[in-house]
Amino acid sequence: MNWYAILVQGALLGGLYALFAIGLSLAFGIMRLVNIAHGDLITLSAFVAFMVVDTLDIHPLASMAVVVPIMAALGYLMQRGLLNFTLGESILPPLLVSFGLSVIIQNVLLETFGADIRRLNAGDIEIASVTLPGGLTVGVMPIIVFCIAVASLGALQFVFYRTRLGRAFRATSDDPATASLMGIDNRHVYSLAMAIALAFTAVAATMFAIRTTFEPTSGPLRLIFAFEAVIIGGLGNLWGTLVGGVILGVSQAVGAKFSQQWQILAGHIAFILVLLVRPNGLFPRMKD
Amino acid sequence: MSLLATRGLRAAYGDFQALFGIDVTIEAGETVAIIGANGAGKSTFLRAIVGALDTAPDMVLLDGRPIGHLPAHQVVRHGIALVPEGRKLFPSLSVEENLRIGGDFLAPGAWTIARVFELFPRLAERARTPATALSGGEQQMCAIGRALMSNPRLLLCDELSLGLAPRLVQEIYQRLATITAQGMTLVIVEQDINRALAAASRFYCFQKGHVSLSGPTAGVDRQAITRAYFGL
Repeated sequence: MNWYAILVQGALLGGLYALFAIGLSLAFGIMRLVNIAHGDLITLSAFVAFMVVDTLDIHPLASMAVVVPIMAALGYLMQRGLLNFTLGESILPPLLVSFGLSVIIQNVLLETFGADIRRLNAGDIEIASVTLPGGLTVGVMPIIVFCIAVASLGALQFVFYRTRLGRAFRATSDDPATASLMGIDNRHVYSLAMAIALAFTAVAATMFAIRTTFEPTSGPLRLIFAFEAVIIGGLGNLWGTLVGGVILGVSQAVGAKFSQQWQILAGHIAFILVLLVRPNGLFPRMKD
Repeated sequence: MSLLATRGLRAAYGDFQALFGIDVTIEAGETVAIIGANGAGKSTFLRAIVGALDTAPDMVLLDGRPIGHLPAHQVVRHGIALVPEGRKLFPSLSVEENLRIGGDFLAPGAWTIARVFELFPRLAERARTPATALSGGEQQMCAIGRALMSNPRLLLCDELSLGLAPRLVQEIYQRLATITAQGMTLVIVEQDINRALAAASRFYCFQKGHVSLSGPTAGVDRQAITRAYFGL
């Protein structure tokens, strides 16, 4: 593979990582909640998609119409019924509780579905490809994933800066006590934020499950990729997350060129290099 | 019936009790000043009214109905708005967005963005800038405008003059007079006694969480205020 191919493939993979990262970034940006269970929620969502595809006998891409609302509802309930009670001055309680959730989700999945490796079969579209200028052939699926990531970030950008709900998200993130003086019920706003986070998680999970295999313990590695994408891009910066994902994807692709074993490691090395040079990420959100 | 009444209002921050049985009544349409030294409990009093602190239901009565148990996001629905101490504008939001969010989640009413801009023309010029880029005086105007956007019946203002040039304080109080002339009920908390007494028809002086003196501002005995203020 030449460098052109590596860059393109890596960048497209970065779209998937950006999708992984959106939910994590939202939860941290709005409620200072470091969701350790994020990776396992991706896996859970993949299993939900698997069940939906299996039961309704529909295409994995169509299953999103069912899985996204399910995960959004789950997100609302999880935030309203559990995580809201952990929020306060310290970021430690939500961190510990979500770590507990992570362990629970993994074990429930293992108990319910067993340790088998699974994947979603999307049929012909998986092997469909297009030829880019320069004679490079790339899969249609990675391009779709990347476009969905860009569209998702664009949609979030719109919600955040053009709608009433977005104003409430930003105001609550700035100062929850003053936001409540505006008639904003913080518990409801946080729960809506988690619903949106898990809706995007469901999209990410479906793409992930079509692209690669998954099992009940797939979560932690997805969490790390999501973390790295968010932190490389700069906490709280939506488009930074996409850049972070692309840098991670390209680094992994470059690593893989030298040796398969270097793929994951190269991503981590890129992450550490960025942290050394820019401890707040490349595009930290300007504030105050 | 009074618009607002507190009955034996007590409030605390954790173990630290800040208010010890405050009885205050506010009639519709009047302007009432709350004065007192630092730490007398003035800001705590306002925060307790708007639901930011835990209080028993019948400690705060609005139109005679208990609202002391309601959380902040519901109290504002009943028509009580607070301009908090230190302005507390949202730094991530522009000036216009700061104003909009004041009414975004509440029933629409007579106050609109256009009317706030009419009251404070300086804000119209800077609608798109981040709220943090405003001068102190403009920030205070923005905070007042944001509170007005909730279409309150009762407007509570905490330390409006804090850190502002006298000229700006003058301007802001002139605008408040315009609003009260239209029938708004106003409670102002101030450390600047002269400013507060000039703007209000009645006053309460707080001292260490108690009401130490109250009455009409007209013809008030300055020495009595000094004693009530410092607890001499």
